[in-house]
Amino acid sequence: MNRQETLNNIREKFKGDIKNFLERSPKRVYIEIDANALIPIATYIFKDLGARFNIASGLDTRQHFEILYHFTFEALDMIVSLRVILPRDKLEIASLTCVFEGANWIEREINEMLGIKFTGHPDLRRLLLPEDWPEGVYPLRRDYKEWDPNAIRDRGV
Amino acid sequence: MGIKTRALLKSPWIFHMSTGSCNNCDIEVLDCLTPRFDIERFGMLLAGSIKHADVLVVTGAATRQCIPKIKRVYEQMPKPCFVVAIGECALSRGLYIQSYNCPTPIDKIIPVDVYIPGCPPKPEAIIAGILKLINKVSDHRVTDGSEASPAARNEVRTRGIMELR
Amino acid sequence: MAKTIIPIGPYHPLQEEPEFFTLTVEGEIVTGVEVAVGYNHRGVEKLSEMKTFDQSTFVIERICGICSTSHPFAYTQAIEDIYPIEVTPRAKYIRMIIAEGERIHSHLLWLGLAGHFLGYNTVFMWAWKLREEILDVMEILSGNRNNYAMFKAGGVRRDFHPDEIPVVLKKIHSIIPTLQMLKKAVTDDPVLHARTKGVGVLSYEEAIDFCALGPTARASGVAHDVRKDSPYAAYDHVPWDMIVLKNGDVYDKLALRILETFESIKIVQYCLEHLPQGPIDLGLKDVPAGEGIGHIEAPRGECFHYVLSDGTNRPARHKVRAPTFMNLPTYKATIVGETISDATIILAAIDPCYCCTDRMAVFDTKGRKMYDSEDLIRLSQEKTEKIRNKMGVK
Repeated sequence: MNRQETLNNIREKFKGDIKNFLERSPKRVYIEIDANALIPIATYIFKDLGARFNIASGLDTRQHFEILYHFTFEALDMIVSLRVILPRDKLEIASLTCVFEGANWIEREINEMLGIKFTGHPDLRRLLLPEDWPEGVYPLRRDYKEWDPNAIRDRGV
Repeated sequence: MGIKTRALLKSPWIFHMSTGSCNNCDIEVLDCLTPRFDIERFGMLLAGSIKHADVLVVTGAATRQCIPKIKRVYEQMPKPCFVVAIGECALSRGLYIQSYNCPTPIDKIIPVDVYIPGCPPKPEAIIAGILKLINKVSDHRVTDGSEASPAARNEVRTRGIMELR
Repeated sequence: MAKTIIPIGPYHPLQEEPEFFTLTVEGEIVTGVEVAVGYNHRGVEKLSEMKTFDQSTFVIERICGICSTSHPFAYTQAIEDIYPIEVTPRAKYIRMIIAEGERIHSHLLWLGLAGHFLGYNTVFMWAWKLREEILDVMEILSGNRNNYAMFKAGGVRRDFHPDEIPVVLKKIHSIIPTLQMLKKAVTDDPVLHARTKGVGVLSYEEAIDFCALGPTARASGVAHDVRKDSPYAAYDHVPWDMIVLKNGDVYDKLALRILETFESIKIVQYCLEHLPQGPIDLGLKDVPAGEGIGHIEAPRGECFHYVLSDGTNRPARHKVRAPTFMNLPTYKATIVGETISDATIILAAIDPCYCCTDRMAVFDTKGRKMYDSEDLIRLSQEKTEKIRNKMGVK
């Protein structure tokens, strides 16, 4: 199967759930999908098409939140990224740990950095931030402010 | 000069601690052990435990998780002892001043005697820094490291930075 | 059966702090592992959003000291992917030379550390002495031993002088005999075989499930290498072979890295001899709005950067994924069921950053700390000594 056939397969199979199909270049495809269809599409891409899960990246645009799941098709030299848009008042999405183990750590990181909850994750505790980091303060959000009165942020010159 | 300090300066044992660094400075410190630079000819060894160490070598911008560790290690070191900060991150956090996980520079947590700038400093600079520490301290007839006069420690500090640049 | 545990050595003064890797044991067998990372977390992704695209390259270079070229390489590829645009041939070759030079020095560093953990301190000294030759080469070519600062979006920052090239070729040629001696020492040593074969096995299915990368996955039979699958720079014009082994144990990971070092030397020699003439920089000015992905093969696996640009001179989002992030969870699969004297070498076989192996501790089932990282390294070296005596090898 070459690139076009693979993309057509995905397009056909999940016609109702795909909101936008952007082919930026032959090797980079960005598919915006419905949040409820994440697990079926990810299972199809990982198990049936044999792609490798690369990483997920969360983003706070000021209007909404976005998570991009990047999958690599090694044999076809193509990276397909699934984009999921989450509204600011409902930051929840299903966890992909039931499909593959490689999603475990990155979901913990997105949870502590952006405050997005992954339902079904076996162990959603802190990964990188220290134990005494305050609850509800998410560093990668656009409205993050310095909360520590003892922090020294000038160079002392 | 007390007998403790004299013995210390003949063969300083070094304990190396990284407080959240990119490991470049740590590898340059380990490089000093290898045949090309070979600090063992000066009698310097890497101590396995903090209780056997004379000189504490610190690298890395102190991340929040490591600040209690630094304090504990400094308290456990047998005095007299000296602290050497290696690399830009240990001097003032370098690039990471605005980072949310690096709140304070190391010399606000523990007293530092010698600063070795560089990113990373070459092994020659590290050896020169530690030798300068030994020379300056022995020149000033310090009787006991923990009661070193502020003037003597200040001298080491400023001379260390200016002559190494 | 009740056992008396005798603590070895004075207690580490940092014993009350949570360690990186906390192993629970029953007797000598490891039954569980807790991984806690975050001691090196410096918030680089947030920092990158505060800096311009050019300044960000210098921050990115200092994420990790050993693979300090891989991150700027992937980042500049991500920016070039936003356009998308290809750099000049001479810049491609220069980038390859720097990247492969770094792979050689990283694998030699790893070989030294693995030798130290196994009790072969001469291997440690030899490998790091050999590594100094490569660092000399990098200093001649780029000006610094570690942070080369050669990459920029659109090309490279500095050019090679034609007088440097014969000197560099001679130096690289001079390390091949010593490397062959080290390879022979590893492949011919029965004690090393007994110590590392069948230890810490990662199966093919586990490597796929954990999405493992780089040498960790290639030693288990997963034949993926970014340089072959999606060639960047000029990797498809240079003749070289991908190394894949199939057992997934520590011996395979050791042998794979040594063989990869030979391939890297071949690539560097070819590139230096066939360096094309021409400009080294495209002179890119403003980055357009859009998103780009850059991925390259670092010494530890695939390094992945995603950059979102909104047309200003700062990245709107910069996602950094180092290869160890995907490889480190595989430790859970490889250590359970093995003995504690193998704990250090199994962790080292994943090749995490050096200071990760510095923070390991063993607790028994009642929660009392038994051994810390110094003790574990000593246990590992003692096991090699026992095997050596049993086999009657001097």
